Amino acid sequence: MARTLLAIYPHSARRYDEMLKADGEVRPHWRPFFEHLDAVSPEDMHQRLDFADRRIQENGVTYNVYADPNGADRPWALDPVPLIIPPDEWAEVSSAVAQRATLLNAILADLYGEQTLLAKGLLPPALVYGQHGFLWPCQGIKPPGGIWLHHYAVDLARSPNGRWWVIADRTQAPSGAGYALENRLVVSRVFPEMFRDLHVQHLADFFRDHQDGLAALAPVEGDEQPHIVLLTPGPYNETYFEHAYLARYLGFPLVEGQDLTVRGDTVYLKTLRGLKRVHVILRRQDDDYCDPLELRGDSALGIPGLINVARAGRVTIANALGSGLLASGALMGFLPAICRHLLGEKLAMPSVGTWWCGEKPALDYVKENFDDLVIKPAYPTQRMEPVFGHELEGEAREEMLRRIEARPHAYVAQEMVNLAQAPTWSRAHERRLIARPVGLRAYAVVNAEGEYSVMPGGLTRVAQGAGARIISMQRGGASKDTWVLTNGPVSEFTLLKPSFGVRDLVRAGANLTSRVVENLFWLGRYSERFDDSARLLRVALARLVDVGGEKTAAVASVMELAERLKVLPTPEEDSEPAEGGEHVLLEAIYDPAQPGSLAANIRSLMWSATHVRERLSLDHWHSLNRLQREQQAAQKKHPTLTEAIAFLDRVLLVSSSLNGFAMDNMTRDDGWRFLIIGRRLERLSFLARGIAGFLRMDSARGQGCLEWLLEMADSIITYRSRYSRQAELLPVIDLLVFDESNPHGVMFQVNVLSRYLERMAHELGADYDARLSTASERLRKFSLEQFEHLQFSQCRSCAPCDELATLLEDLVAAAGHLSDGLGMRYFTHVGDVSRQTMAL
Amino acid sequence: MEPVRYHVLHETRYDYGSNVSLSQQQLHLSPRFLPWQQVHEQRIVIEPTPTWRRDGLDAFGNPVSWISFNAPHDSLCIRSAMNIAVLPHLPDEAMLDASIPWEELRERLAYDALEPLPEDLDAARFLFESPHVRVKHELAAYAADCFPPGVPVLIGARALMAKIFEEFEFDPEATTVSTPVLEVLENKRGVCQDFAHLMIACMRALGLAARYVSGYLLTRPPPGKPRLIGADASHAWVSVYAPGTADNWVDFDPTNNLLPDTEHITLAIGRDFTDISPLRGIILGGGGAEPEVAVTVVPLDEEEIPAALLAEPEAGAAEA
Repeated sequence: MARTLLAIYPHSARRYDEMLKADGEVRPHWRPFFEHLDAVSPEDMHQRLDFADRRIQENGVTYNVYADPNGADRPWALDPVPLIIPPDEWAEVSSAVAQRATLLNAILADLYGEQTLLAKGLLPPALVYGQHGFLWPCQGIKPPGGIWLHHYAVDLARSPNGRWWVIADRTQAPSGAGYALENRLVVSRVFPEMFRDLHVQHLADFFRDHQDGLAALAPVEGDEQPHIVLLTPGPYNETYFEHAYLARYLGFPLVEGQDLTVRGDTVYLKTLRGLKRVHVILRRQDDDYCDPLELRGDSALGIPGLINVARAGRVTIANALGSGLLASGALMGFLPAICRHLLGEKLAMPSVGTWWCGEKPALDYVKENFDDLVIKPAYPTQRMEPVFGHELEGEAREEMLRRIEARPHAYVAQEMVNLAQAPTWSRAHERRLIARPVGLRAYAVVNAEGEYSVMPGGLTRVAQGAGARIISMQRGGASKDTWVLTNGPVSEFTLLKPSFGVRDLVRAGANLTSRVVENLFWLGRYSERFDDSARLLRVALARLVDVGGEKTAAVASVMELAERLKVLPTPEEDSEPAEGGEHVLLEAIYDPAQPGSLAANIRSLMWSATHVRERLSLDHWHSLNRLQREQQAAQKKHPTLTEAIAFLDRVLLVSSSLNGFAMDNMTRDDGWRFLIIGRRLERLSFLARGIAGFLRMDSARGQGCLEWLLEMADSIITYRSRYSRQAELLPVIDLLVFDESNPHGVMFQVNVLSRYLERMAHELGADYDARLSTASERLRKFSLEQFEHLQFSQCRSCAPCDELATLLEDLVAAAGHLSDGLGMRYFTHVGDVSRQTMAL
Repeated sequence: MEPVRYHVLHETRYDYGSNVSLSQQQLHLSPRFLPWQQVHEQRIVIEPTPTWRRDGLDAFGNPVSWISFNAPHDSLCIRSAMNIAVLPHLPDEAMLDASIPWEELRERLAYDALEPLPEDLDAARFLFESPHVRVKHELAAYAADCFPPGVPVLIGARALMAKIFEEFEFDPEATTVSTPVLEVLENKRGVCQDFAHLMIACMRALGLAARYVSGYLLTRPPPGKPRLIGADASHAWVSVYAPGTADNWVDFDPTNNLLPDTEHITLAIGRDFTDISPLRGIILGGGGAEPEVAVTVVPLDEEEIPAALLAEPEAGAAEA
């Protein structure tokens, strides 16, 4: 047994330690967990950490998705050691958080209603009228059920004496509950025995309360079922992962502003099957971006007319538009008096000492005690990082003071808190616990009774350095799961495996937004496109390696076809003929900047997948992540030809698993049909273009060319099993074009497409596009007998080859027409955005 | 004194060039209630007929209408016609002199944790930054010489109005609706909206309340007097908070350096242009979206009233 972890765990007199009492003894509620942790062998712990990291990476838990042009998402940093809170202590925290949510809701009701708080002097007008967050058009709107604040987060910190304090209120669109959930799913599996034995309260009840609370506030009419959507600003948002994650977990469609449309005083979701009324919008988009008609006119994200729907009481917006106002730290000092006035109670949990400089006495205090304070913006819309008074010297200090003097109402000062510290597993050592400052973000949601339910747990945030005063995920902090223990039984309710009712089954297809369908279609096209180009590149590379890097006739003809298919760039007129072609091929694999390259296709694939993330199974997503990691890893080194082939092998393996997931794991709804249509359309046009190009190429008459054509079309095994002899034109063309049982044949694609298109035309009441069937009928009539006596190696643009090539090219044109037609009819047309007009 | 009666026609026309499939518009085209203004008749004719409409009052008490169009259309025409009487309400010199000293008013408007007077709280809505009115120290510095210690707030405001009128040039080409106030201050050019925003920003930078007024100006040049600038367009001016005066607020027109009386017709009052822009909309589709706006103000005692003002709305058009 190694020495105990306590031997080197640092003790601090200046901070409260979550695990240790002042005398250095482990607190009773930590003892079982600590002993367990102390007993785990380094190897075992190593495995557990690996498991956690892998899960996070494979689930694609990221903060800041796609902020980086290289798509380098930063994985979520999770410390496996949870923060443990005993039942009695949590009871106090929980009731204080619920009280605060109730209070903030009452303040919103007052400020957007009668404004008695202003009339009584309990709040300064500057903190209401002076804030951009106070949305004037929302004045006088009374939301359904009198609820403005449906979900709320509060940042808590523990001072050295063990008391919890409020650091900040999050009332706009509080984030992190989804990360807390994900942390739980990981950590409860890292320490499954402890999780069970310690009676850790589950989180599912909280999310059910959230669902029920929103459903109860849905302004439904007649027998309408509440239709709740989660509104996201889109994949560029730093917490998009969470939006998609929560949408799937809660069972709400994930929508963007352009998915919704207002007609009169009703808001609808644009779906494949027409407009569908929305009753509740759980918004993760800031409120001033929500309606360009009356709020920020420059916002393309918004839903024009949404405020009028709210005015008519025909939608619940959670949180109500205008709720962001209360995130101002300047309000904190006024809350105790307001709490007494509005609720007739004492404010249960104090806020950290806060001085709003807009009051003369407060300003004087701030100037006198500058070194002990943190200066923050008074309004959440101001862009300013917190400034520590003691860190400012000389001119910088004078400048800050001048700025405060000039606009005192725009600044608050807060007392500095020595955050509590909690044990954190060191990644730098084999076996060591280190102490890191932590803060807790707690969550409350309004439940079906109109009261606030508090999440038993929350997101524990860990500062990066031992002496840190600020915790920020943007600055590279980590997070922990939060274990709230209970004396009673643990609720076993789970949302992860919901039992489906008839209602859910009906919802599945009908709720498909046009945007999701559009992205699924492109997901299908891109996944086939990268598969096709990988196969073609592998054919070329394999031949190049076989002959030791020399550009033989066969290699040249594959490369010529690849150029025709735009997998390789067209060589410029006066450029030197590439020696060997190795460089060109490697670039076509690894260079994402080259249009049509494999890397570029993978990026497009990831892009469309990100947009429909909530529709993909976790395994599906894992495969996509693996694909991207493979590609990113390969980009960094200079691979050899053999390595490139190995890379293509792996990529094609992932591709077939992607295809498998699409076939096996996705519901057969309209969205899936569009994915398959996209895939088949892409394969059809790749094959038809490829075979037509092949027939027209003189270089294709060489030795071994029909073999590589079969390989490119993934049909070499079938061919050999049927005709155990050298490839000849007639059987090859029959297999690749006319054989309706070959899933890599042209006719097979045509048949599948026709079947789905007919079905869609029938179900969605659309016209059936006849061009594809006309073109395929003409192809079907082509007489293969013409090839019977043809010496393919001898012929040069002979009539039968030309005729077949032309028929195939017509088919490609028909497929292109079909793709455009689908876009016109069913898709959102992301390019066509609303714009503002203004007349004097 | 006798009221002066007017016919006003305010016509806005959009020719989009191609079809607009969805359009939502917010109208601030109906005059608000004021003690010195009587609206005898007002109607708004809209072509094509909106699919949906809602009328109400905005947060500042101005009449507002929201309309939407769900069917494709390639033009939009909104004609607002009104018959309105304006009573003389020009403050006299003694009233300006007797107004509260500006520092005293500033102190009154500052928060002191006591119950504010209702009129002061009402004025506080117009005390802070708003989308078009940034409150910066450059603005307080610009206005400083108009507000020496102890000067009554309305005397100071009049001096500021005169200073803006003297130092700034009316230039419709110099600015757009989104030109920031500080840029206007630097370039010393603009139109009535810019001068109103600038004067409001200066007042607020001093800790005083000022609001933005939109409306119309009589366009007939009185005999022997120069023609007033701002004709044939909607106009904008400023209203300054001065508790103790008849209405607690006194209007100033920095574009024309005068105190509005019976030649200014008020439509709406807000923190700035954003709150009360006459016609603000969001369209989906369409090509060009530059409106043609024509405003005609005719005193009713004039013998000839343009036929357009008397024309009945065309069949099928909606009526307010």
